[in-house]
Amino acid sequence: MATYSTNEFRSGLKVMLEGDPCSILDNEFVKPGKGQAFNRVKLRNLKTGRVWERTFKSGESLEGADVMDTEMEYLYNDGEFFHFMEPETFEQHQADVATVGDAAQWLKEQDIATVTLYNGAPLAVAPANFVELEIVETDPGLKGDTAQGGTKPAKLSTGAVVKVPLFLSEGEVVRVDTRTGEYQNRAKS
Amino acid sequence: MSDWQPSAALTALQARATLLEVVRDFFKQRGVMEVDTPLLASAPVTDPAIEAYSLKQAELYLQTSPEYAMKRLLAAGSGPIYQICKAFRQGESGRRHNPEFTMLEWYRPGFSLVDLMAEVGELLCLVLGDRPVRRYGFADLFAREFELDLFSAERIELCQLAEQRHGIPASSLDRDEAINLLFSHDIEPTLGRGEYSLVRDFPASQAALARRGRDAQGREVALRFEAFVDGVELANGYDELLDADEQRARFSADLEQRRQRGQVMPPADEKLLAALAHGLPDCAGVALGLDRLLMLQLGASSMSEVLAFPIDRA
Repeated sequence: MATYSTNEFRSGLKVMLEGDPCSILDNEFVKPGKGQAFNRVKLRNLKTGRVWERTFKSGESLEGADVMDTEMEYLYNDGEFFHFMEPETFEQHQADVATVGDAAQWLKEQDIATVTLYNGAPLAVAPANFVELEIVETDPGLKGDTAQGGTKPAKLSTGAVVKVPLFLSEGEVVRVDTRTGEYQNRAKS
Repeated sequence: MSDWQPSAALTALQARATLLEVVRDFFKQRGVMEVDTPLLASAPVTDPAIEAYSLKQAELYLQTSPEYAMKRLLAAGSGPIYQICKAFRQGESGRRHNPEFTMLEWYRPGFSLVDLMAEVGELLCLVLGDRPVRRYGFADLFAREFELDLFSAERIELCQLAEQRHGIPASSLDRDEAINLLFSHDIEPTLGRGEYSLVRDFPASQAALARRGRDAQGREVALRFEAFVDGVELANGYDELLDADEQRARFSADLEQRRQRGQVMPPADEKLLAALAHGLPDCAGVALGLDRLLMLQLGASSMSEVLAFPIDRA
């Protein structure tokens, strides 16, 4: 892999730090009028998801990480692994439950998800920002209550539970923001 | 392609024009003469932490500050002078840095460091509004933040503190680098909050072009100060070194450090040395980043908000 100097650190650049692949979030050049320049860098450890803050002397470099975000189609879950396919090459990848993590509750078969590959193997999975899922379980809908009002929990086909307006009923499809877990609107049914 | 457009809003450019008027008026009222020295210099600074752009064809350098040329004017009998000019520093890019920036630098023959600190405070109050001006000793800030005595602290103690707090290997830092890192990361952000903080009496090892002397407790320090506003370093002032021999020794020490690190080896400025040998009046001088001053005035978080065309649009 190439190495990158602190002045090439940009948000999104993937580098190796302490043996783990990391994504750079922020890079601030810090230099007293007189004296050594430093770069104060925020990185997300892509294995653990934790954010690290590290200071480097300006001009130091880090090795690039072989990390790629790839759009893939989610195929199925065999109980142990989630299976994904690259739409262009039909190449398949399997990711275990720990790798998929919270994304599992938003994955519907044939939807597109972002799979982060590290040295060719899935490291993390992110669902699309918005997904459309069917309500499989909720209290009966209250007709006429379409304007204001409260919400009720609804279980979606993938197992996620979100708060939806009272007028929605089972079998309807809703659009959800996966970053916040919030209901957006009723999708075409 | 929108790169041709300025990155600053028109209102910021108007504020810059007004700021220049206010600063010029400030000095006019005080009888300080505006001067204009060349941006191209035959010798740049030797400071190992500052890298000048060199113009190979002409064997000249773009100045990193107008300090040497202005001191030659002082030695020639100019009296109090100021300058608003561009300065250039290779590789300094970021939210608060642009490789080409505008510097306000002024010199006051007969002023003590304390007199000049007071004048900096007055300029800040004029431009940014009234706030109390508070003075601190550099080592006192270290004692307050880290409960350590900077004068007796060993290199390894400071480096381990830097490693602990900022994940940088202790072995990679020398003593001054560790001091700079701790100061810029842990102390600087706390300064200039609701006040103008003027920090004086820097470590004697960081004297640059300032005289060394004694602080109130009789410890050897560099007679320098820096001004901080809203966590930002804004100005750097010296009780100016007058001794030509001492200046030559500092040039040599800088160049030796550059040689050891494999850095560019610029020539020492013989014209400055000759001016010092002729005699520089006792004076204090300070350089202030005008772009940063404008950022603070407008509450901008990035210098590109106050520059018509930052380096990526140059």
